[in-house]
Amino acid sequence: MQFDIGIWIGALLTLGIISFLYKDNIIYKISEAIFVGVSAGFWFIALFWDNLYRVFWIGVFPAANTNAKPQYILFGGVILGMLMLSRLLGNKVGWISRWPLAFIVGATAGLKLITYLASNALSQINATVGNFVGAVNQPTFAGLVAASTIAIGTFCGLVYFFFSKEHRGWFGGLATIGTWFLMVTFGASFGYTVMSRMSLLLGRIDFLLSDWLHLIK
Amino acid sequence: MKKIIPIIVLLILFVIALFNKSQLEMSAGVSILVTILLGIAMIVVLILTISGRSIERRIVFLFIGVSLILPFFMNFTLPLQVSPEVRTLYDALAKLPKGSKVLASYDYDPPSAPELQPMGDAFMKWAFRHDIKVIIIGLWPQGPLQANLSVNAALADPEIAKHPPKYGVDYVNLGYQSGNEFVIQGMGTSIRSKFPSDLYNTPYDSIPLLRGVENFSNIDFVFNLSAGYPGTVEWVQIAVDRFGVPVGAGNTAVQAPQVYPYVESGQLTGLLGGMSGGAEFEKITKEPGQANTFLLSQSFAHVVVIGFILIGNVALFMGKTKRRPPIG
Amino acid sequence: MRREIPLIITFIAGLVFVVQYFIPHPPFDAFEQVFTNWFAIVQAFAIWLGALSLMKFSMLKIRRKQKDWFMSVIIIVGFVVMVAYGAYDGFAGMHASPTYSFRDAGTHFDWLYQNIYTPLTSTMFALLAFFVASASYRAFRARNLQATLLLIAGILVMIGRVPIGDWLTSFMPAHYQASNLATWIMNFPNAAGQRAIMIGIALGTVSTSLRIILGIERSHLEG
Repeated sequence: MQFDIGIWIGALLTLGIISFLYKDNIIYKISEAIFVGVSAGFWFIALFWDNLYRVFWIGVFPAANTNAKPQYILFGGVILGMLMLSRLLGNKVGWISRWPLAFIVGATAGLKLITYLASNALSQINATVGNFVGAVNQPTFAGLVAASTIAIGTFCGLVYFFFSKEHRGWFGGLATIGTWFLMVTFGASFGYTVMSRMSLLLGRIDFLLSDWLHLIK
Repeated sequence: MKKIIPIIVLLILFVIALFNKSQLEMSAGVSILVTILLGIAMIVVLILTISGRSIERRIVFLFIGVSLILPFFMNFTLPLQVSPEVRTLYDALAKLPKGSKVLASYDYDPPSAPELQPMGDAFMKWAFRHDIKVIIIGLWPQGPLQANLSVNAALADPEIAKHPPKYGVDYVNLGYQSGNEFVIQGMGTSIRSKFPSDLYNTPYDSIPLLRGVENFSNIDFVFNLSAGYPGTVEWVQIAVDRFGVPVGAGNTAVQAPQVYPYVESGQLTGLLGGMSGGAEFEKITKEPGQANTFLLSQSFAHVVVIGFILIGNVALFMGKTKRRPPIG
Repeated sequence: MRREIPLIITFIAGLVFVVQYFIPHPPFDAFEQVFTNWFAIVQAFAIWLGALSLMKFSMLKIRRKQKDWFMSVIIIVGFVVMVAYGAYDGFAGMHASPTYSFRDAGTHFDWLYQNIYTPLTSTMFALLAFFVASASYRAFRARNLQATLLLIAGILVMIGRVPIGDWLTSFMPAHYQASNLATWIMNFPNAAGQRAIMIGIALGTVSTSLRIILGIERSHLEG
């Protein structure tokens, strides 16, 4: 008889979640509740050790055998963090949680402003126009078709997203072409999403068939 | 009766789990027969749908389950084409001279492992075989532990085991660091500042492989496996566009379509998309693994999903979607 | 001052990260390093806020004996067990010789992670495969040109990305076989559409980020 308690628990929880496909039932609800509690606990303790201990505690109290100096400025982060928890105390005190929130939002906005502009806007426009001009200067049929497809698709897609002008006449025509390209994009994304979800399910089936039931290697 | 069936099925599974020691495999004849039966079942669904009786969703679930499970017991493979974006990544790796330093960023957790682990395993085996030095990091907490699974898979290879790579000299695992894209940004200036020690608390300066590795200018290539945020997008935005280090990536199939613009613009040096990308990478690196094994099940499932889409549309065009009670 | 101080904090934090992108030298690199560490610390507290809110909500549900209150008991037990073992393994690992991490193989936390958290998370995501198939059968109809384009692209990509696609289209010239069609769709029309979406989102992000840093956009400070 082969019995590994860990694998059995994993298998039973997997079957518990899958039972939802038949209908909602108490076994599924219990498995879901375990999932919620364990997930919250995982992130709670993982961030304690990875962020609070490794960044704050080691930073303020570095190990004796290293040359690092204590960084007392990290207390600023802890103060902001404690202000975040004031939300739990209700609206009278909770307003102060806006300060750490303002810090997070401001820092993220500052970083995203430049990186998105550089990588997602300018580089992409550069590639679209650059490849098209390159194909025109050194024309091969395949290269020209490829570069034109990208250039027209990108331009018409952007026209579609411009809602400050009514989509009528020639402008509407360009927007319609943009819609066609976007539909192909969404179809491709759908196809890949199906592939991804099937892959995840294959992982679970492999676990059940090989690790639990020993029916395959 | 309806309540007893699931209990009986469970009991059968429990008995198999407790006592079964032999593997199941279908012969070629049985595999073909099973495939034909599945096809016949789809035709029955088509006829029922055209006649106005749509199939209940639990029957659809059953088809998906059967189409995914049965190929596990079949024993044939179909030839696979390698797509250009996979070839681009492989060519970039193949051009690296022996002794080059590749930063492998494992940015995923176990739920995404079916898609990304085969890519990581193939890469690690290939790197060890071709004397490429690997510096492992993770922007997701479990990433470095998934990387260790890749290392173990590589070390289990008999040819690699004859001349095993040495930890600290040929590869090192620097572990996880919180901070998302800020970690990548910090590494552009100083990798040591973000990873002062490795996964086993050995100080950065004590590790032979890391001598002279200050920042991205000392890294020859970044191989990123990504399941979301932080991941490939952040590596391109910061490591490629700001610091100029070439990055190749493996993504889950959900994320892959969104990074094709980076491939087209040259910001990303190659892309492995989903399980099929992993299988293609296994083929081109000649490191057979799990992705190729799963691809048959993936094929069957895709054909079944396409079948259901076509059945629904055939019924629409034949105009016979009357409201009658569903089957099942 | 309740409004002004958060706006000043937003402005300073945003400005530091914008400036250090162009001037990664002292003192801006020091600012960036400090703010990055603060970000990691505050991130931990933000997740703690979510987890503790969940516990508060669950305890209220138990106290008031609302519907399915027993599930809240399970949620709290799951949370406490995970945190307790994670804390125990972390502290034990710190004082062991050699030291080990709370998530190393062989710890109680790792056992809980491999045998409870991973199967549950993976299966929750895997369930979507069934619902995608069911939704495709019921709702995916080629009622107009746009829907037909979506459908054709989806089918070609699905069949082209698995080896059975080339086997089914092996009678066609190489360029028109399923895998090459799928590759063409991904690298050209898909790339074009994704690029249009990417540029649109980038421009929106830039304008929203500027508005946030300059204090014009204040919705993140409501509530």
